[in-house]
Parts: sequence; C-alpha cells; structure tokens
Amino acid sequence: MSAATRLLFAEHDAEVAAAEQRRTQRRERAQLALRYSALLAMALLMLYPIIWLVGASFKSNAEIFGDAGFWPQHFDFSSYAKGWKTSTEFSFATYFLNSFLIAVPRIIVTVISCVLVAYAFARFEFWGRKLLFAIMVATMMLPHVILRIPQYLMFREFGWLDGYLPIIVPSAFATDTFFVFMLVQFLRGIPRDMEEAAMIDGCNPLQLLVHIIVPLLKPAIVSVVVFQFIWTMNDFMSPLIYLSTVEKYPVSLALKMSIGATEEVEWSSAIAISVVALLPSVAVFFAAQRHFIDSAASSGIKG
Amino acid sequence: MYDNKKVGFMFALPFVLGVLGFKLFPFVMSLALSFSQFEVFRSPHWVGADNYVQLATQDPTFGRALGATLWFVALAVPLRVGFALFIAHVLNFKLRGIGFFRAAFYLPSILGGSIAVAVLWRFIFSQRGLVNIVLGTLGIEPVLWLADERFSMWTIVTLFVWQFGSSMVIFLAALQNVPTSLYEAAELDGASKWQQFSRITVPLITPVIFFNLIMQLVHGFQEFNGPYMVTEGGPLQSTYLLSLYIYEESFRYFNLGYGAAMSWVLFAIVGAFSALSFWSSRYWVFYAGEKDSKR
Repeated sequence: MSAATRLLFAEHDAEVAAAEQRRTQRRERAQLALRYSALLAMALLMLYPIIWLVGASFKSNAEIFGDAGFWPQHFDFSSYAKGWKTSTEFSFATYFLNSFLIAVPRIIVTVISCVLVAYAFARFEFWGRKLLFAIMVATMMLPHVILRIPQYLMFREFGWLDGYLPIIVPSAFATDTFFVFMLVQFLRGIPRDMEEAAMIDGCNPLQLLVHIIVPLLKPAIVSVVVFQFIWTMNDFMSPLIYLSTVEKYPVSLALKMSIGATEEVEWSSAIAISVVALLPSVAVFFAAQRHFIDSAASSGIKG
Repeated sequence: MYDNKKVGFMFALPFVLGVLGFKLFPFVMSLALSFSQFEVFRSPHWVGADNYVQLATQDPTFGRALGATLWFVALAVPLRVGFALFIAHVLNFKLRGIGFFRAAFYLPSILGGSIAVAVLWRFIFSQRGLVNIVLGTLGIEPVLWLADERFSMWTIVTLFVWQFGSSMVIFLAALQNVPTSLYEAAELDGASKWQQFSRITVPLITPVIFFNLIMQLVHGFQEFNGPYMVTEGGPLQSTYLLSLYIYEESFRYFNLGYGAAMSWVLFAIVGAFSALSFWSSRYWVFYAGEKDSKR
C-alpha cells in the first residue's frame, strides 16, 4: 500500500468516525430534548392547578366553571374584596394577624430550643445522650394522632384552651424533633477547628454557641424558620381543636369557615381568598427555596 | 467532644422536659384513657377492654373507616414514593435549570397541606371543575368525583400523591451519590435505561427507599386535611378515614376514651407496618459497607 492510499484510508476512517460521532451527538441531543420536554410537561401538569387557581380568582362566578384556560376574559377584582371582607364580622386582616401572632413567637422559641438541643447532641458527651437521640428519632415517626387527646386534656387543666399557648409552648421544648435532627446533621458537617481555637482563647460553652456555632448554623436556621413558618400557616388540626372563638381564628380555620358556612359555596370569593392565603408561603418558599430544599434533602424530611 | 457532662445536659434540658411532658406523659396517658370511659365533663372511669371490644364487635363505622384507611394507604403511599423515585431519576442528570424543576416539583408538597389547596382540590374535582372540563375535551362523560363513592377516593389519593416533592428531593440527594462511572460501565455493556435503573439505581438506594416508605406510611395513615376538607368523608363514608373518625369522636362528641382506643388501634397498625418493613428490610435493603463475606 502506498503512502497515499494509506492516507486515503485513514481519512476515510476519520470521516466514518466523525459521522458516527455526529450521529451519537444528534441522538444525545434528541434524547436531551425529549427529557426536557417530558420534564416541562410534568412540571406544567403539576403546577397547572395552582396556575389555574390564580387565573380563576379574577374570573366572574359564571366564568369559573366550564373553562379550562386560566386567562380570564375580564379581570374582576370584586371576588377579592368580597372574600377579604368575609361573611363574618371580621375581615381577613384579623385572621392574618392571628396567624402571624401564632407563627412569629412559635418560630422564635423553636429556633432557640432546637439550636440549644442540637448543640448538646452534636458537641457534648453526657449521660443518656445515645438513648435521648434514639428517642428523638423515634418521635419523628410517632403518629401524632395518639397524643392529641391527652395533650388537649393537659392544656385544659392549664386553662390554655381557646388561646395560642397550646400551639406555641410545646415548640419551646424542642418537640419539633425534625428540626433538631436537621440541625444536628448540619453541625456534624462543620469542622471543629474554630471552636477549639476559641476554647483555647477562653470561651465558655455558651459564648462558643453564640459567637461561633450560631453564625455557622445560619443557613440551617433559615431553613428552620422557613419550614416552621409554612407549617404553622398550614396547620389546621391544632387551631381546629384548641380555638373556639372566631375572633382568634387563624387563616386556615377562617378559610374552612368561608366554604363551610353556606351549602352553596361562593366559589369565586373562596378561590380569591385561597390565593391570598397561599401568598405568604409561596413568597417565603421562593425567597429561600434553593437553600432549604438542600437541607430538606440532606436530613430526610417529613411532609 | 467537650467532656463537660453537666453543661451538655443543661443544653439538652429543654428536649428532656419536652419529651417527658409533651410526648411520653401524653403517650402513657392515652393508653390509660383508652381503657376508660371518659366524656369530657365527667370524671373518667375504668372500663377495661370495653372500648376495644366495642370497636371490634359493635361498630360497623369503625370497620368501614379502617377499610377505607387501608385502601387509601395502599393506593397513595406506593404511588407517592414510586412517583418521587421516578421523577428524581429523570431529574438526575446534568441539567440546566435543575433548580427550576426541583422547585416546581417541590412546591406542591410545601403548599399541599394547607386548607387553601384543599379548597382548590374540591373545586377542580367538582362537577364542572377543571378535571371534568379536560375529560370533556377528550370526549369522556363528566364524572361526579365528589358524589360517586366509586371515584371519591381518587380525589384524596391524587391530592396525597401530588405532594411527592419532599420524598423526591431526598431521593435526588441519594441519587447524586451514585457514582456515574457505574452507569458508564453499564452503558458500555449494553444495558438499557430500564436495566440501569432497576439493576443499579434501585439496589444502591434501597436504604433511602426504605426511609421514605416508612415516613410516608406514618403520614398516609394520619391523612386528615384531604378527607376532612375535600370530600368530608363522603359520599356514603367512602373516604371516611380513621383519622377523621377519631377526630369527630374525640373533639365533636367528646368520647375521649373511645377516641383514645381508636388512636391506639391506628398506632398499632402503623407500628405493625413499620415493624414489617423493618423485618423485611434485611432482604431488600443493602447498606454500603456491608460485605458479603461477613454473612
């Protein structure tokens, strides 16, 4: 074979290889496109009920039914006004205020108690630590329904019924063990060099917690705040059991009332007010999502 | 780390008190209550196993509620976990905009527990709601989702499955730890996508599947908002789950002893299922680092 022929063959081989490569690339691109479109279709299917809900909140009562499109023909804000006023003597301003009056103190005591306990579990040796940790994990799996009745009786003895204390006080004792678990997992991943250095400099354990641990824990604490906020806003069972005065109702109970009051549900205003009720949670979710989905994933979450 | 036992215990003290006061004490008390007759404004008196006997022999509602609960869990939990795993698998590749998809699939499980979403669900499954509109365009007769006991269960099952996001992100995190070299090797050996999924992905993340299954079982057995708000337990009690019956018996009619007995039955069932999963797990869950030679 002459050098020229060999070169020719080599060129041919290279061409075949290149063609092959183009084919694979094309196939891969087609696969990628397929995957993207499947995912997009899925995401749309998942979110469409919510998108539709938002659109429907601007529709008139007659237009809501029988239209699968989400874009209203005429924007009509009257359902919002009507829903906000409610058929009770209080407006949703009261109910939102109530929800925040529960959520804010609850978040504060949750963060403080859970950080303290997580610090103990992650950084100290003490009597019964292993057992307590096991109990903590076990309570994450304990069906809450079994504690409802005795807790109700306890809070009745304390004279706490028809108030927010039954919802807030247990959180001050790190009973939302999921958060403790999440914080412990996070703390275990943080190297202890800084703390050791600070200890040599004469920091006591409390100073260590405040000046070193808490700043490092900040991302995890944000997750605790976000989850506790959304879960407290969603919480329906506890207010349902403990609150009896309409004036003290949070948003979740007020919403239930707005569709339970009459046989014929006033859909347009119920829908408008549902959108408003979801807004705080959605806003918090998008503000922090990147961040707290990660911590949810790493600790194994409920919900 | 810090060998300061007293200080460590002090920091853990809130939890110790919380567990004793708000978990352990109520736990024991509810067991005691379940053996008593207790209407809320009269003092309780001991009735032995009467509540349980009545549940088993004289309460057809309980039997129906139990059946509905088991049916609900059997449908909703595998669907939710399976869906979560499937979507996580599809999402697990180098993907632009992964943050968007992850958030989109996660959002329903954040909002799904709220009453607002229950309102939405009731609405889209109503006679002229979104689901029937879509079916109509496909030429299917409208279905009375909320009024027909053959279909009502599906409204709350879909609501539960819709919230697969939290399981999904856990799966996704686990999948990202599976070395890609395994898939590359399998690809070279000519394994199909399905084979790669069933022979590599699934076996490697069985511990996570196990964890999600248990957590979702616990949630599924306690599902309340869906049946309470969307179907109100109806029609013909077809979606009257145990959690609903317990709530009404305890906090509407204030038969606290009877309610406690029912919640203990529910607890026992959840416990039995968890125990079954734990027991069976040694046959199908494989933890990394366990060597065959050890057996």
